[in-house]
Amino acid sequence: MAAPMANLEVLPRSVRLTLLLGLIALAVFPYMSGPYYTEMVTRMMIMAIFAMSLDLLQGVTGLVSLGHAAFFGIAGYTLAFLTPAVEPVSLWWTLPLAVLSSALAALVIGFFVVRTKGIYFIMVTMAFAQMIYYLFFDNKVLGGSDGLYINFRPDASLFGWLPFDLENRVTLYYATLVLLVGCYLFLRSLLWSPFGRALAAIRVNEHRMCAAGFNTFGYKLTAFTLAGAMAGFAGYFYGMQTGYANPELMGFHLSAHSIMMVILGGMGNFAGAIVGAFAFEYLLHLFKELPVIGGIDFGKHWQLWMGFFIVAVVMFAPRGLLGLMDRLGRGRGPRGERHE
Amino acid sequence: MELSSFLIQLLNGVQYGLLLFMLAAGLTLVFGIMDVVNLAHGSFYMLGAYLAYSLSSTFDSLALAIVAGAFMSVVFGLLLEWLLIRHVYQRDHLDQVLLTFGLIYIFEELRSIVWGDDVHGVKIPELFSASIPLTENMSYPIYRLFMSGICVALAIALYLLISKTRLGMKIRAGAFNRDMTEALGINIKLIHAFVFALGVGLAAVVGMIAAPVSSVYPGMGMPVLIICFVVVVIGGIGSVRGALIAALLVGLVDTFGKVLLPQVASMLVYALMAAVLLWKPEGLFKK
Repeated sequence: MAAPMANLEVLPRSVRLTLLLGLIALAVFPYMSGPYYTEMVTRMMIMAIFAMSLDLLQGVTGLVSLGHAAFFGIAGYTLAFLTPAVEPVSLWWTLPLAVLSSALAALVIGFFVVRTKGIYFIMVTMAFAQMIYYLFFDNKVLGGSDGLYINFRPDASLFGWLPFDLENRVTLYYATLVLLVGCYLFLRSLLWSPFGRALAAIRVNEHRMCAAGFNTFGYKLTAFTLAGAMAGFAGYFYGMQTGYANPELMGFHLSAHSIMMVILGGMGNFAGAIVGAFAFEYLLHLFKELPVIGGIDFGKHWQLWMGFFIVAVVMFAPRGLLGLMDRLGRGRGPRGERHE
Repeated sequence: MELSSFLIQLLNGVQYGLLLFMLAAGLTLVFGIMDVVNLAHGSFYMLGAYLAYSLSSTFDSLALAIVAGAFMSVVFGLLLEWLLIRHVYQRDHLDQVLLTFGLIYIFEELRSIVWGDDVHGVKIPELFSASIPLTENMSYPIYRLFMSGICVALAIALYLLISKTRLGMKIRAGAFNRDMTEALGINIKLIHAFVFALGVGLAAVVGMIAAPVSSVYPGMGMPVLIICFVVVVIGGIGSVRGALIAALLVGLVDTFGKVLLPQVASMLVYALMAAVLLWKPEGLFKK
């Protein structure tokens, strides 16, 4: 069984140009639109960071994790626990602590799961994520099924000086944009570092990497922990933006959504994860806002449309939007099928 | 713990384990024979429970409802296999995960459209509604014994089908070497369709016989799916015998955990899975 093929690790010029135009559009967006869409795009960018963190596992290393939301949720919950009811808490120590708790959880769970391969990996990541989900869902001390409120966004002041105020919607938007660009550049350079090459080689042929003397367990565990930490960044920002942390943040649905985002854009190059996250979140918004026609509330049944959409993507565009673009551009191209 | 309450918990654990086994057996067969990850397995369980709710009031008999429901779910499984599942056998696990996740959304929403979002109960048939008294204030419901009996009968039928019949021989050959089996003139597509439909039918039947005890509610397939994953991981993919041992183990650990260590009961089965992963990453009975 060969691993899924690498998708456009070297981005064609057209895609790079599109990304640059996208960045410019994101940079001026808050000035062009109202508060509602600014918040929506902030959430899309947070999801893009989350999707990129999964892409490191799914697209680069070939590990399909169906429990990645657990690490997203843990950071959100950490912020909720650290924020007192009546005053904000400092950004500068809660963010590292939240990311660290996600990383630690990923290290412990990773220690068990990266021993497994293929179907086992999928099932085991899902089972451990559900274990954490139920831990929070069943325990009143941890917020129970309702979750916890985060009454104040973290305070960014340093020794009395306030460089930026996260309570401001536009400031939060730009903070998220900076994080998004930072994560993207970090992951792109990681992809071409010796560590990233080793991960890609593990996807292509793990046996050969073992034979070549690489400790693949260590590499995979490091990648799993790193991806968990980055999901923690996204989860912290999500908790900060929405003002709550509930078990749904670690739920199975969010994990599956993130896989869908990575697939939708095209995996293994991080740019696709961003495109996919934006497209998926926009579609979700679109489906939920469908109008009532002839007494039938189409928006209420968004799960049905999303289900049909996902099935259609798997059947007709298995390499995602970037793959589709590339194939149409070249008029040919390998399909995303597995070769036995 | 007194002997009588220990006995009741033991029976409960075994009964839960047998139920889990029937669910996990369908899942592990589809994994082992077609190499397909099926996240929608829990949805078939839910579908069965709702069918039992609807049909038992139509026919006024749970037994008739189960027979009719089993037939309907097998036909449904064949249709689904023909329409979608057979196109992803050769594809990456990732595509299978997404496809069946999309199906979960579709089934869950269709369930909401057809049956609404209320919790329903299904009546225990008159014949089995009594209880066996054990002590002055403790008794064991006959229906639970009946459930265990059905599961054991199904398990024996499944064993005979797979290991003693010509069809079972073809199924095993197909799992062992698909191309060679096809070259010998066996219609492997038909076999796969049958195995998938069998899995759907098993899940739906378990949903139907469990409905009077568990009641019928939205999202009931999800926890079942996850616990089935745990069973399959512990038992080893594709191993029906492994699934049996693992299901009984999980059933007993979960039941006694809830009585003896209620604070951490929901974590215990996962701890069991983690321990097995450390000891044998491919499950207890990987062939």
